Amino acid sequence: MASSEFAVEMQDVVKQFVTPEGGILAAVNHVTMQIKENEFFSLLGPSGCGKTTSLRMIAGFELPTDGKILIHGKEMSQVPAFQRPVNTVFQQYALFPHMTVEQNIGFGLEMKGVSRAERIKRVGEALEMVRLPGMELRRPKQLSGGQQQRIALARALVNKPEVLLLDEPLGALDLKLRKEMQLELKTLQREVGITFIYVTHDQEEALTMSDRIAVMSKGVALQVDIPEAIYERPATKFVADFIGETNFLDGVVKGQNSSTVEIDLVGTGTVYVESSRKFTTGQQVTVAVRPEKLRLNNPDDKDNNLKGHVEEVIYIGTDTHYGVRFAGGHKARIREQNVTLAQKTLAKTGDEVTMSFTHTSPRILTE
Amino acid sequence: MLKFFRGKSNWQLFGLLSPGALWILLFFNLPILIVLFISFVERGRAGGIKIPPVYTLENYSQLFNACVSEFAGTACDPFLYIGIFGNSVRIGLIVTLWCILLGYPLSYFIAKQKPAWRDALMILVIIPFWTNFLVRTYALKQVLAAEGLLNSFLMGIGIISQPLDLLFNESAVVIGLIYGYLPFAILPMYASIEKFDHTLMEAAADLGAPPRRAFWRVMLPMTMPGVFAALVLVFVPVVGAFITPDIMGGGKVEMIGTLINRQFGVARNWPFGSAMSLILMLLVLIGVIFYFRSSTEETRRAM
Repeated sequence: MASSEFAVEMQDVVKQFVTPEGGILAAVNHVTMQIKENEFFSLLGPSGCGKTTSLRMIAGFELPTDGKILIHGKEMSQVPAFQRPVNTVFQQYALFPHMTVEQNIGFGLEMKGVSRAERIKRVGEALEMVRLPGMELRRPKQLSGGQQQRIALARALVNKPEVLLLDEPLGALDLKLRKEMQLELKTLQREVGITFIYVTHDQEEALTMSDRIAVMSKGVALQVDIPEAIYERPATKFVADFIGETNFLDGVVKGQNSSTVEIDLVGTGTVYVESSRKFTTGQQVTVAVRPEKLRLNNPDDKDNNLKGHVEEVIYIGTDTHYGVRFAGGHKARIREQNVTLAQKTLAKTGDEVTMSFTHTSPRILTE
Repeated sequence: MLKFFRGKSNWQLFGLLSPGALWILLFFNLPILIVLFISFVERGRAGGIKIPPVYTLENYSQLFNACVSEFAGTACDPFLYIGIFGNSVRIGLIVTLWCILLGYPLSYFIAKQKPAWRDALMILVIIPFWTNFLVRTYALKQVLAAEGLLNSFLMGIGIISQPLDLLFNESAVVIGLIYGYLPFAILPMYASIEKFDHTLMEAAADLGAPPRRAFWRVMLPMTMPGVFAALVLVFVPVVGAFITPDIMGGGKVEMIGTLINRQFGVARNWPFGSAMSLILMLLVLIGVIFYFRSSTEETRRAM
C-alpha cells in the first residue's frame, strides 16, 4: 500500500474562490506539507485560515486550483471524492437521518459491495470500538450529540481508510465531553494505526492530541512541527500569539557576539538573547517570551533584568498574573506560580519591580 | 394551541370554537350534504330535482349502465362511465408523473442558485397564478392551434409543410394539464430540496457512493416528503379537471370532470352529477387515506 513514506502530501497547493463581489480569494495559498504514515496531524488556525479547505481538498470535495495532492504517493488532485481511499468525520456529523445506525455505518461497506452478513458483523465490531454496542436499530435523532459523534467516527473507521479526516469533530460537544473524547480519539488512533488529519481552531486540543501540528493563517502554513516546538520555538509572531500567551517586546539589534544577540528595547533597557540565527545591526526585531518564563523580583546577574511598574495583579488560584509596564512603553505579563500556602503576592499595583528572564528563554522574531 | 384551551370551561370552549365550527359547517359540510341529498333523488324535467323529492338509487346504478338513445332504439354500455373514470385516473397518473419528472430537476436547479436568483426564479414559477386559469388555457390553445405559434414557427423554418394536429386529442389535454399543474409540483418539492443538507451528499460521496447512487440512496429519500406532497397536490385536482379537457380536448377527450360538468349543464341531470361527484370524492379520499397510511411521520408533517 505504502508506495511513499508519506500518507498525504500537499505540493504547492492553491485554492482560489470567487467572492460574491467578484474578487478572487486564495483560501489556500501555496501550501506544501507532508503528513507521515500513522501520524496524528492537526491543522490549526483561526476561522478562514484555510484549514478546512485543505481538508476538503484531501477528501476530494474541492479540487485545487493549482498544485498536487498525493495520497500514499498517488496523485489524487483530480480523483473524485467517492474514489479516494479516505473517510471523513464531519463537523455536524452528517449522519443520514433516514437510516438506522446500522445502515449509516454499513453505507460505505455497502457501496464497496460487501455482503450483508459481513456488513452486520463489521458494523457490530465498529460499534464495539466506539463503545456503543447494541445501537444498530436506533436512528440518529434518538442519539445524544456525543453518541452521534461516535457513530460518525464508526461510520468512517469501519471502511478502514488509509487516512481519516476529521473536521472539528468535537466542536459541537460540551467542554467535559470534549476533553473525554480528545483522549479517546488519541487512544483510538494509536489502536487502529490509521493516519488522522484533524482540523481544529482550539490550540489546546491540538497540543493535547497531535503528533505534529501545522499552524495556518490566511491560507498559508506558517509552521509545521511537533507540539513542543510550536510552543517553545514559534516561527512567527502569529504562531507565538495564537498558541498560548506571549509577551512581545519590540527592539533593535545592537550587535551579535557568536550566538548571543544584544537587543536594545528602546527606552526600557538592553537584553541579551541566545539565537543561532544571524542578525544585522540596526535590524528591527521582536523579543517574544512566555509569561511563565518571566520572574518577578528575583534578579540574577547572569540573566536579563528590567525595571518597571506593576499595573495590575490578578490572583487566579494556582498562579498570580502581574501586568508590568516599562519606561519605553513595553508591557509584559508575568505568571508566578503560587507555590507556598497562602503566599503573599510579590508586588502590588504601582510597585517598582524587576522582571528577569534567562538568555535562552525568549525567541527573536522578525515576522 | 392545546395549552391555550386547557383550563377553560366547556362553555368557554364552545364560544371559542363555534365561529370556526360554524364556518366549516356552513361552507364545507352543508354543500356536501346538499350534494349527497340530490344524489339520492329523481331529476326534475327541466334540471334541478323533482319536487316533492322522490328518493331513488338509480343515479348510482346508472353509473354502471349507461344508456344512450340512438336511431335504432336505445344502446346500453355498462362500462362507459367506468371507462371514463379509469381514463381520468390514467390521465391523472400520467400528468402527475410528468409534473414530478419535470418539476424535480427544476426545483433542484432553483434551489442551487444564489439567494437573489432563487427568489426571482420562484416568482417566475408563481406568476402564472396571477392570471386566470381559463385565460391561460386559451392562450396555450392558441400556441398549439393549426395556425398557432408552434405550427407557424415549425413551418416557417421548414421542418414541416403541413400543420401538425396538436389540439383536440389526449396529448393536448395532458400537455395542458402539465402546464397548469407544474407549479403545484414545484412548490412542495422545492421546499424539500431547499431544506436538504447538501453535506449529506458529500458524506455519501466520502463513503464511496458515485453521484447517481448518492442521489437514489440519500437525496431522493430525504426529499420524498416533497415528492409525495406534489403527487397529492397534482393528482387530486387533475383527476377532477374539466376546464382543460374541455378546451384542449375540444369535446373529444372525456374525463370525470367534463362528465360531471355536463350533468349540471346541457344534460340537466343534477342527481347523476351529484352521484358522480361523490364517487370521485370517495375515490380521492381512499387514495389520500392510503397515502397517509403508507407515508411516514415526516411526510405528513411536510404536507
